[in-house]
Amino acid sequence: MNIQEYISSGVLELYICGALTEEESKEVSTELKKHPEIEKEVEEIENSLDQLSSSVAPYNPTKLFAIIKNKLHLEDNPKTIPIHREKKKTNIVLYLGWAASIALLIGLFSVLNDRNQLRENLNVVNAQKSQMEQQINDTKASAEKKEELLAIFRDKNIVTVPLDGQEVAPEAYATVHWDQETKKVYIDAKNLPTPPEGKEYQVWSLTLEPLTPTSIGMLSSFTEDENKIFMLENNNLSQAFGITLEPKGGSKTPTMEQLYTLGMVKNS
Amino acid sequence: MQPDGLIAELQNKNPKAFERIYERYSESLFGVIYNIIRDQHIAEEILQDVFIKIWNNAEAYNPSKGRFFTWALNIARNSAIDKTRSKAFKNSKKNLTADFFVDILEDKSSFSNRVDAIGIKKYIKALKPYCEQIIELLYFKGYTQAETAEELDTPLGTIKTRSRNCIQSLRDILVK
Repeated sequence: MNIQEYISSGVLELYICGALTEEESKEVSTELKKHPEIEKEVEEIENSLDQLSSSVAPYNPTKLFAIIKNKLHLEDNPKTIPIHREKKKTNIVLYLGWAASIALLIGLFSVLNDRNQLRENLNVVNAQKSQMEQQINDTKASAEKKEELLAIFRDKNIVTVPLDGQEVAPEAYATVHWDQETKKVYIDAKNLPTPPEGKEYQVWSLTLEPLTPTSIGMLSSFTEDENKIFMLENNNLSQAFGITLEPKGGSKTPTMEQLYTLGMVKNS
Repeated sequence: MQPDGLIAELQNKNPKAFERIYERYSESLFGVIYNIIRDQHIAEEILQDVFIKIWNNAEAYNPSKGRFFTWALNIARNSAIDKTRSKAFKNSKKNLTADFFVDILEDKSSFSNRVDAIGIKKYIKALKPYCEQIIELLYFKGYTQAETAEELDTPLGTIKTRSRNCIQSLRDILVK
């Protein structure tokens, strides 16, 4: 920056007069701190204007300071503040004052109390609200899932295989929906009894002649899954499906005594 | 020199510093107020109010935004202009003259010893007519650069160079 140019631009005169915008004024203040030449110039401009307006004043108002000091209750020597105690006011005024203060205090407390109560209520309502929101979200997610499943079941490529209840559980039944294109099976296990602790259902793909069972997976988290529909991979040319109850983690070969449901794949 | 230490003490509510600040700036602010009000008694009242505001709001002064002189000047001009807008004032002063500060100085014969009276008188005589207006508006009335340009129907840049020239000639005379 060319300091001489800056000075002769006239910006400093406007700065002292207060005719610049706040932003421009800040800039000048910054430059002034950096360059003593600019500061000196500002001082001179200020002094000349100071003299000019001082000469317009009717007189030098030194004596008025006493009045200002008085209005502001400023003391020359704070150590000797005279203490004026007025005579005791009548007791009634005093008591009335106290009574009013206490009434006010009680009022304040009750307001405060009400406020706390309201805040508590608000918290409860807020908690309820977020609970309901959670429920709505859960329901939405569940509905979406159901719709997804419905779309799958309506797909024409899907082969549906009903699995009927066997000796251990004659009332039990399940359905296998087999998408042969994506090699996925959806097991609808809604009507299987809840497995006892430590046991899990295992799904088998069977090929006949000779009878060969191949495990295609476990129905884990049976109790937690609300829809009771499980998706498993099936790469086999299955001719039948069966579900057995096995120890947690599954078995290598099916425990035939615990065969719950069994069904043949039609037109295969 | 801007008395920075004194201003800091003022902001700490030191009454002694306040008194020094008053001595330093009161006559100048009194002149600015009087030029707007043109009534000695009312101007005295406003000057008192202005210094009460300076005392009460001293901590609001921020050196990075401008000079203390300018800050105090703004308080003085605003207080005086507010007064001229009050109903009571308007009623008592139906026709506020359109006079400039120059008119006060032309009639004036006695000056305080803070002022270079001879220099000022000389300056007033030599003053260019456009300087009367520019200094009146920018300094005494607190117009912004843009407002001054509009009032005088002059380009913004011209206002800047002219105010520089007008104040420069004042400085030349006062230094001599």
